[in-house]
Amino acid sequence: MRPIRSLLSDPHARRGASDMLHFAPGIGAWGIVTGVAMVKSGLSVPLAVLMSLVVYAGSAQLASLPLLAAGAPMWVVWAAATCVNLRFVIFSAQWRVFLEHLPRGRRLGLAFFAADLNLMAFQRAWPSGRREPGQIAYFVGNAATGWVVWQTTSMIGIVLGDAVPTEWGLGFAGTLAMLGLTYGLLKDRVTWTAAIVAGCAAVAAYALPLKLNIAVAIAAAVTVGLMADQAERALRRLGDAS
Amino acid sequence: MTVDPLYGTLTILGLGIVTFVTHGVFLFPKRAVRIPEWLQRGLKVAPLAALAAVVVPEIVTNKGTLISTWQDARLFAVGAATLWYLWRPGVLGPLVAGLVLFLPLRLMLGW
Repeated sequence: MRPIRSLLSDPHARRGASDMLHFAPGIGAWGIVTGVAMVKSGLSVPLAVLMSLVVYAGSAQLASLPLLAAGAPMWVVWAAATCVNLRFVIFSAQWRVFLEHLPRGRRLGLAFFAADLNLMAFQRAWPSGRREPGQIAYFVGNAATGWVVWQTTSMIGIVLGDAVPTEWGLGFAGTLAMLGLTYGLLKDRVTWTAAIVAGCAAVAAYALPLKLNIAVAIAAAVTVGLMADQAERALRRLGDAS
Repeated sequence: MTVDPLYGTLTILGLGIVTFVTHGVFLFPKRAVRIPEWLQRGLKVAPLAALAAVVVPEIVTNKGTLISTWQDARLFAVGAATLWYLWRPGVLGPLVAGLVLFLPLRLMLGW
């Protein structure tokens, strides 16, 4: 208990915690939706609890649910989740500045708990972008608070979801949440192209066994998206040259 | 329509590894590694591709076939969520707007 008590009295850890509490309503609502969606997509309560604790990544969890429900091959579920989680790969490079001095095991362990909002809060709290004393305590207070809020509300969602009859079709809440996330990523011609290709390909290839339509659609959309991106750059370069 | 416990457990444990690995890629090596350009470009389209590939069939298909009726609560929910998003971008607003239309249509009209 001693480390917890010293953390509770650490001013940086407390600041990290209170910064995260500002986001609590948003995290909580998202946690409840994810909890309900997990149970209503066919996960048993123990599996949903396991997923919440082990995966700890809302959008990747939601994206995996229809695939799990259909019994897709594990690699398809993992590939889709990796794509959705790709932003964390970039974030890991941004965290590096602050965590680099720690032993590898420690920095990987801390990074597991670093969600989107943690990076946002951290960058706002330490705008210099350099290593400073107190940052690790801040991180721990910040991440632990986010984790507790998320897990608590996710468990509430699991219990609620379990109480609601399946006929209500509340699993669709997960799809609606993903719809908002998808709209948020549509920024320009390239992203629109990728989304339209992915959607059309996933429907057109629906007859493929084992949810392979998802894998095909992702591959097609990434290929077309990268080509469109390349074409846009080439056009811009031509424009600059003339 | 419940997920098999063994398959579910293994897939979920694997997803935990996905979280661990994606969060740690650039923290693993001893020295800092530059982010390759292909990764930054991929980031622009890959998450979107995965989400759209999962979302679109969930909306327009029913047990493997394209839906053939407009009397489907999901379509109205998506319409409401989209309009809300155009008015106020976000995730929770459109979600609530969609559900407000979805639940009565589903429960009272059976769509």
